[in-house]
Amino acid sequence: MERLLNVVSLLSLTLAAFVLFSLRRKHIRVEYSVSWLAAAIAMFILSRWHGGLAWLGQAIGVADPALALAMIIAGVFLAVFYRFSMILSHLKDANTALAQRCAILEFRLESIESKDAEA
Amino acid sequence: MKELLVLIPAFNEEGAITNVIEEVQKAVPGAFVLVVDDCSADSTRFLATLAGARVLTVPHHLGLGGCLQAGYRLAYELGYDFVIRVDGDGQHDPADIPRVLEALKTTGCEMAIGSRFVGGHANQATSLPRGIGIALFRAILRPILGKPVHDPTSGFVGVNRAALNVFSRSFPLEYPEIEALVVLQRKAFRFTEVPCTFRPRRTGTSTITPLRSFYYIVHVLLGVFVNVLKYDGRTRRS
Repeated sequence: MERLLNVVSLLSLTLAAFVLFSLRRKHIRVEYSVSWLAAAIAMFILSRWHGGLAWLGQAIGVADPALALAMIIAGVFLAVFYRFSMILSHLKDANTALAQRCAILEFRLESIESKDAEA
Repeated sequence: MKELLVLIPAFNEEGAITNVIEEVQKAVPGAFVLVVDDCSADSTRFLATLAGARVLTVPHHLGLGGCLQAGYRLAYELGYDFVIRVDGDGQHDPADIPRVLEALKTTGCEMAIGSRFVGGHANQATSLPRGIGIALFRAILRPILGKPVHDPTSGFVGVNRAALNVFSRSFPLEYPEIEALVVLQRKAFRFTEVPCTFRPRRTGTSTITPLRSFYYIVHVLLGVFVNVLKYDGRTRRS
């Protein structure tokens, strides 16, 4: 059990370090890094705070702290993935609208230019 | 106001696009022919321009719905009264365009669907999986639309300016035909079906596989469900 918690602590620190590194290299934007950093911090706190993990395990009806931790981590990551699905959906809609507007403007510009050329 | 714009979505249709445009020009002389090129990798754009069509090229691949909406938006901004869509692969016979246009003008319906399953064209062959899909969607759409639709997956569709206004703002992006019917129903718009001839595609091969068919059905069912949930009863025509 203790070894598992140590591994989770290490993973959470690795995740936080990776996110910070990506931020520094501008691979991800600050607003999208917050979810991952929050997930990493939550994982780290739960892996170090045994009393809190036991309490949460009881609250969700799981007696085994290791299983409780796995479920909580899965829940946190599901929430993060869902948030990113929403962001992606919004971005896709915006991107489509922008591409359509760009195509229409290009079409209208070509029409004006061909009229000018004829005149 | 301008009357008719024929909208042809095309993606890598260099083998068929010239014939389709020429047939459209022959069927409805003087109509504005707009090819929406979905970022084709072949000569579709060049050949369409050469055949006398105007080409709207989207900057990256948007898929059928995104392309159609771009065309609808442009048609609406240019002030067209009617837009009829025919596919760029030659499956729709442009000789039927006048009949679809006539239906839009005389019935007052906001949408006219070129159907292979009504009138004297009721026996046109279709593949078994597609036939099963069509039967399924007919059954699902019947209570939603309040009347039967015989060919819900038909892409041979004409709309008037009222529907054009709606589609230019809100249009399903991936598999648009069936969801578009529900979008119009939410506005209490009406549709009619016109007997039309469907032909085998002239070039290329269909990308529909069993797995894609399954994805298509699930996707469209979900889209219909979501659109029904969004339904606003206050907009229903009295």
